[in-house]
Amino acid sequence: MDREWLRTILRTGTAILFFLLLPAFAFADGPQPVPSIFAPASTPASDIYSLSLFVLAITGGIFVVVGGLLAYVIVRYRDKGDDSDKREPAQIYGSTQIELAWTVIPILIVVVLFLTTARMIFAIQDAPKPPDALDVTVVGHQFWWEFRYPKLGIVTANELHVPLSTNKDPLPTYLKLYSADVDHSFWVPQLAGKTDLIPNHPNITWIEPKSTGLYLGQCAQFCGVEHAEMLLRVYVDTPEQFAAWVKNQQQPAVEDPQVAAGRQVFETESCMNCHTIRGTAATGRFGPDLTHLMSRSTIASGAVPNSEANLRQWIKDPDSFKPGCLMPAMQLTNQQLDEVTAYLETLK
Amino acid sequence: MSTATLIPHATHAPEQEWNLPSRGRVAMYCLIIGESAIFVIFVVAYIYYIGRSLTGPTPREVLDVPIFNTICLLSSSLTIWIAERSLERNKIRLFGAWWALTLVLGAIFLVGTGIEWHTLIYEKGLTISTNLFGTTFYSLVGLHASHVIFGLIGLSTVLIFTLLGKVREEHSERIQVLALYWHFVDAVWVVVFTVVYILGR
Amino acid sequence: MADRTFPIEGTLDLTPAHVHEHTWLEVLHEWVTTVDHKKLGIMYVLYGFFFLLVGGAEALAIRVQLAEPNNHFLSPEVYNRFFTMHGTTMVFLVGMTIIFGFANYLVPLMIGARDMAFPRLNAFSFWMTAFGGLMLYYSFLGGSGLYGVGNAPDVGWFAYAPLTARAFSPGNATDYWALALIVTGVGTVGTAINVIATALSMRCKGMTLMRMPLFVWLSVVTSGLTLVTITPLTAAQIMLVIDRYLGGHFFDTQAGGSAVIWMHFFWIFGHPEVYVLVLPAFAIANEIIPVFSRKAIFGYPAMVAASVGIAFVSLGVWAHHMFTIGMTSVSNAFFVLSTMLVGIPTGIKIFNWVATMWGGKIRFATPMLFLTAFVFQFLLAGLTGIMLAVAPWDWQLHNSYFVIAHFHYVLVGAILFAIFGGLYYWFPKATGRMLNETLGKWNFWLFFIGFHVTFDTMHFVGMLGMPRSIYTYEADRGWGHLNLIVSIGAFIQGISVLIFTTNLLWSAFRGKVAGNDPWDAWTLEWAAASPPPVYNFPTEPSVSSRRPLWDLKHPEDPDWKYE
Ligand code: HEA
Ligand code: HEA
Ligand code: HEC
Ligand code: CUA
Ligand SMILES: [Cu+2]
Repeated sequence: MDREWLRTILRTGTAILFFLLLPAFAFADGPQPVPSIFAPASTPASDIYSLSLFVLAITGGIFVVVGGLLAYVIVRYRDKGDDSDKREPAQIYGSTQIELAWTVIPILIVVVLFLTTARMIFAIQDAPKPPDALDVTVVGHQFWWEFRYPKLGIVTANELHVPLSTNKDPLPTYLKLYSADVDHSFWVPQLAGKTDLIPNHPNITWIEPKSTGLYLGQCAQFCGVEHAEMLLRVYVDTPEQFAAWVKNQQQPAVEDPQVAAGRQVFETESCMNCHTIRGTAATGRFGPDLTHLMSRSTIASGAVPNSEANLRQWIKDPDSFKPGCLMPAMQLTNQQLDEVTAYLETLK
Repeated sequence: MSTATLIPHATHAPEQEWNLPSRGRVAMYCLIIGESAIFVIFVVAYIYYIGRSLTGPTPREVLDVPIFNTICLLSSSLTIWIAERSLERNKIRLFGAWWALTLVLGAIFLVGTGIEWHTLIYEKGLTISTNLFGTTFYSLVGLHASHVIFGLIGLSTVLIFTLLGKVREEHSERIQVLALYWHFVDAVWVVVFTVVYILGR
Repeated sequence: MADRTFPIEGTLDLTPAHVHEHTWLEVLHEWVTTVDHKKLGIMYVLYGFFFLLVGGAEALAIRVQLAEPNNHFLSPEVYNRFFTMHGTTMVFLVGMTIIFGFANYLVPLMIGARDMAFPRLNAFSFWMTAFGGLMLYYSFLGGSGLYGVGNAPDVGWFAYAPLTARAFSPGNATDYWALALIVTGVGTVGTAINVIATALSMRCKGMTLMRMPLFVWLSVVTSGLTLVTITPLTAAQIMLVIDRYLGGHFFDTQAGGSAVIWMHFFWIFGHPEVYVLVLPAFAIANEIIPVFSRKAIFGYPAMVAASVGIAFVSLGVWAHHMFTIGMTSVSNAFFVLSTMLVGIPTGIKIFNWVATMWGGKIRFATPMLFLTAFVFQFLLAGLTGIMLAVAPWDWQLHNSYFVIAHFHYVLVGAILFAIFGGLYYWFPKATGRMLNETLGKWNFWLFFIGFHVTFDTMHFVGMLGMPRSIYTYEADRGWGHLNLIVSIGAFIQGISVLIFTTNLLWSAFRGKVAGNDPWDAWTLEWAAASPPPVYNFPTEPSVSSRRPLWDLKHPEDPDWKYE
């Protein structure tokens, strides 16, 4: 196929694409961070995006040709209902040439599609990892995400922070994916395709975000009751913001004697069996690390905005936000609730 | 008007023989294909999990190669074949004798498996929940053994009818279909044997 | 030449006059104990249709829940049960039963036989399937013992390990899922064996393999595929049951078991399974499109070869459901290629249908309306399938509503449409009465519109990042309005299905009397009375071409001159 052809096909494809996506964007409710796969902001996602345009063009072309033929046949050869001619139409049983043609052409198309696809698979999957890439370990838990930065000594949950990668200063992030229980899948459409987190089967994926901001995603493999609320938030920070965030995360938890009562509750009401707060006796690993809880804008894996009232309600009855989640309602008294909430509020 | 003229016979084609395969045989081959697929899955699981158990015992430590059993089962394929041929030649008593021998050989195999399992469970401490080896071993060998049991039930039924004097030459076709199943059970054992006792050890 | 009297306009009423009025108990007894392939075929279809209503009702509940963000119509637990039961029901209790119902009813008639090869096995298979279905639904009652009424399987129809392990799925619901499908599986395999044996060993005189109606050919291919497809699922489910009841470790990741091997086993079943479902839809198309275009099927040998080709290739593509599990790039590339290759024989089919219509005199009665829409929708569905087969793109689209849209396009847009068309087409044969055309047109157009409103829109929802299997979604994602449209479409489909139900009930008693050959068709079943007597044909017919009734109606230009 020569280049002129390719360009024509691409152009047709883009036109069809816009036609197709028009209703989607028209109806998507207002200017929001819609996690569309057609608004890529990171290397693998934008590579996939251009591949998808190419494939859309080809399949769109096939659709126009075959669908067009079908439409033509329907209109042209329908029984006009005049009873004058009762004869049956001419019977044709087949034609080797025609049949050969419509076997060979699709074969050629498949070859083209396959070669482009295979190239992209190798380009993304086998991309060499630059030595200075940021490493993050992601552990999927039933209904929440654990993020560890092994080289930086950070453990956090549900909200992932990664640095911006520029052409001048490429800085991809490599994610190692594990699961603590069942299968999950890490999917932030604007950053990369999804990769599953499977117990006993570590996976790797990578992103290279090209513009800052908040990117939404969520778990994409059914993992139980609250699969729907296993949301993901990825913040792409400027290098300065990222450095500041890292610095804060590396600190142990803030100690504020004013909320010692709350801390007391936390350590005696078995919260600490499941949660870690670095610098205290709490080292549980069943639930999210709370050392810097207040640096996150949501709780319960993105399901609830992180406000004082929500936090209190969450501890009182997690099921009221996320029915079926694995944090039990701890039956605290109102006073204990106030105290522990006040304590958590200090964990900046 | 005769109903026989529902569809006119083709006048251009000379009357030719109209032979179709026996439905019993077709059905048995289909069943064998389906069963093979089941075994393939179990065998694949077995092979995949070889050496992946997190705890002991390992196959090497506890499995003895059941040579005698295997000889019995494989030779039963031969005896059943002789039985089939005898029936075709209308030698009913001979048929009965070979058929009974097949049954005995099959039964010996089954008892052999029973003894093997008993030793494994009570002396060597390997149960289906011990480790991956136990799970895959008992499932695969057990799946095969259950087929032997089904085969034996079929064989016994025929034997009973033979003893009652109800089996005649014209049943040859059906008996052969049943024998086909028995051959299949034997063939599967060759695979199971190779995988479990040779590859897996 | 022999006498050419032909029983077209009811000249030959072979049904014995009913002298004795049957009481309902006698009728019930007759149906329950029957081994007649026609009665069993009808029971299969009715059974499947009943579950279409049930599965459809579950779909409607799902759509109400998703119509707006943060809705509370269904609790998360109930939602998860509903989508699992919806998928399982639709695939195993609707799709499989209706297509095997068609095969049961039609294969013997089309090859001029009096019954299936093994009538009693046939009855056994039907009842196994039927009990399997009841067992699946009994889990609503018994899922956690009688104290847990309202439980049901909630692990998705793919039931990925280790979510199905005792640790994550306590109670008995998952056991019901596995056991019920093992039971229906036995029935399905029984029927498949029966269909193959019938088609290979019971053909009437002169019906060589290359003269079999394509419907029969495809039933054979489907059944062959069933034999090697359902059985791996059965095997995997036996393993699951061993894990859950005997403490086995096949899929126990804590003991070194593998979650991935379940996926392989499931999709080794699951992918060919979708072709098991779609091939009978092709089979229906191969009968209806020629008759209503008034032309012989174009490229019969190519159609046969393509069907066999599809069956074989489909055995080697399963891991396209697993592009995101972290396979090596080489395996990914392999499965991309094998998956795309399926498009070639499938394309041949589409082209042959269009070529059959080309130059014809197409009569758009209700069956043909459904089948024309079938071709159109299958084309689109196949093309979205190709998009999914592009592995990198699938990393984005996998488990999103785009996939849901893709497969409903096939399962509803192709298979259900073909089934509806087939019901309109063969209902007169089975009951002696026509389905009402006016209601049929309403049925078709509402279903067509509802279908497109629902499932076209779903593609966009998926591309905007909405994953499947979620019981609710956040308001800020921009999926709200689109989901509302999807739900509206589902209700339009619901109305259409209700119209069809009415049509079915009304026409069975009041419909226009059909006669033996209302569509002026060409295959042997139309030579039997409507409804055919128990023995189908009083004497064994004999044929000399693919279209025996065409030869009969056009003695001056018979088919056998060209074949
Ligand atoms: C009957 C059902 C049916 C049928 C027929 C198909 C047909 C196809 N399907 Fe589909 N599929 C499903 C039912 C079906 N599928 C289901 C149920 C799932 C999801 C299961 C789950 O996860 O729960 C699924 C999921 C699914 C996936 C996995 C998506 C994911 O989970 O990430 C993929 C990926 O490759 C895929 C691809 C295809 C392809 C390539 C075809 C091809 O067979 C299509 C071939 C047809 C054409 C291509 C059109 C006609 C051809 C031409 C006009 C010729 C010219 C064309 C070319 C040269 C390309 N399907
Ligand atoms: C043949 C198969 C088939 C068919 C026909 C359908 C038909 C429909 N499906 Fe189904 N669907 C699947 C197979 C099928 N589906 C599978 C395999 C899954 C995956 C499950 C999983 O992930 O585990 C799925 C999943 C699935 C989902 C995704 C759920 C999720 O992931 O969270 C949705 C969501 O909209 C959906 C919707 C629909 C709709 C609206 C229809 C409509 O076309 C239905 C139209 C029919 C009706 C509307 C019936 C109307 C009946 C009445 C009105 C009468 C009711 C009254 C009484 C019972 C008395 N389906
Ligand atoms: C049995 C284990 C367990 C105990 C005990 C427990 N939690 Fe949790 N907690 C969890 C789990 C699991 C989550 C994650 C829930 C989710 O998002 O699905 C969680 C989440 C949280 C969160 C939200 C964290 C975030 O960033 O999303 C807070 C805050 C919290 N727990 C506080 C507490 C307090 C306070 C107590 C004691 C009164 C407590 N937890 C006791 C398991 C536990
Ligand atoms: Cu985790 Cu879905
Ligand atoms: Cu598939």
